[in-house]
Amino acid sequence: MTKVTMTVNGKTVSADTEGRTLLSSFLRDGLGMTGTHIGCDTSQCGACLVHVDGKAVKSCSVFAQEVAGAQVRTIEGMANADGSLSVIQQAFQDHHGLQCGFCTPGMVMSAAALLAENPKPTEHEVRHYLEGNLCRCTGYHNIVKAVLAASGQDVSGLGVAAE
Amino acid sequence: MYDFELVKPASLAEAVKAMGDDGAQALAGGQTLVPTMKQRLASPERLVSLTGIAELQGVSAAEGRVTIGAATCHADVAAKAAAHYPGLAALAGQIGDPAVRNRGTIGGSLANNDPSACYPAAALGSGATIVTNTRDIAADDYFQGMFATALEEGEIITAVRFPVPQAAGYVKFAQPASRFALVGVFVARFADGVRVAVTGASNNGVFRWAEAEAALSGDFSADAVTGLTVPADDMIADLHGSAEYRAHLVGVMTARAVRAAG
Repeated sequence: MTKVTMTVNGKTVSADTEGRTLLSSFLRDGLGMTGTHIGCDTSQCGACLVHVDGKAVKSCSVFAQEVAGAQVRTIEGMANADGSLSVIQQAFQDHHGLQCGFCTPGMVMSAAALLAENPKPTEHEVRHYLEGNLCRCTGYHNIVKAVLAASGQDVSGLGVAAE
Repeated sequence: MYDFELVKPASLAEAVKAMGDDGAQALAGGQTLVPTMKQRLASPERLVSLTGIAELQGVSAAEGRVTIGAATCHADVAAKAAAHYPGLAALAGQIGDPAVRNRGTIGGSLANNDPSACYPAAALGSGATIVTNTRDIAADDYFQGMFATALEEGEIITAVRFPVPQAAGYVKFAQPASRFALVGVFVARFADGVRVAVTGASNNGVFRWAEAEAALSGDFSADAVTGLTVPADDMIADLHGSAEYRAHLVGVMTARAVRAAG
């Protein structure tokens, strides 16, 4: 076992790991932070997406020891300091950007990574960026709408599906 | 996942040493290898992580060549090679999805030589040189069939050197679930001729399409490849597309790649 230390949502954390311990397991089993979901477990669905040093990464396909010392941000670190929902989270609620919610942590983290590099994306850019996040409920329409709304853009012309 | 030893060398020399034992396997970005290990399709006893080695990182350009460190992720190639070799940067920006591009590396892709991966088309289509810890390998000698390369046991790719063409374009017909190329074609126009490399289509992995190269070397236009066909005999056939469909797509994607090259 090797002790791995990293910063998760601004807090320094340590846990014993084996070489085979994935970052997703480190977060969920080691730290009890179960907001990061494991869907396909093969780097396709994006439910496990977190930020490592500001970059979107699928935590099911990275070993914890590989990101020792990194700054990691998970869905648990997305809400505002007072506990209220962040702009992106609120937009997902306002625009019905989730149904079962399983993919939502990854969607929110992916959307946050997109808006950090491209604050005013087009609809096409949002759909293209979310290619690695699979949702089996919504048909994506309202997710895209939520991300565009979170970027401060007018989404009133995008239809009224399920609102 | 079954148990194994993970080592994180800080230098290439340490990595070469760690690769010396039986059962050692290089780990680059892990976007293919980790899922493969979970499915028990690979079972190395030791993984040698290469992404923390500074000398394997980065993009540099000099004298008409662009050199990419083997552990440079696709997102960095897309961003940092854009000014030097836009066709290569554009290809890197189409691989997988944004999160995969933040981890997956050029060296990992070329070492694996998946028959549907994008980078083999760029390396073969550009006539790149695969640089390892022991030698330089011309792309024409490097690719040896599906998942097979000229790499020896324990040999590590350190960099890939691309001659920069006058124009280049890559277009893939993405398999909609995996984003791998159902068929992808890379065309590159050099002063002494055109190279055309096809990925995703053949049971033998990436290949050069000689007839299209000859036609495009005379007339670099999409019209020049109209009517040219590749035989379907060796094409991959699966639930995503028949051999005949893939053979047809080779022609279509080649014309589109020429248009993309401009």
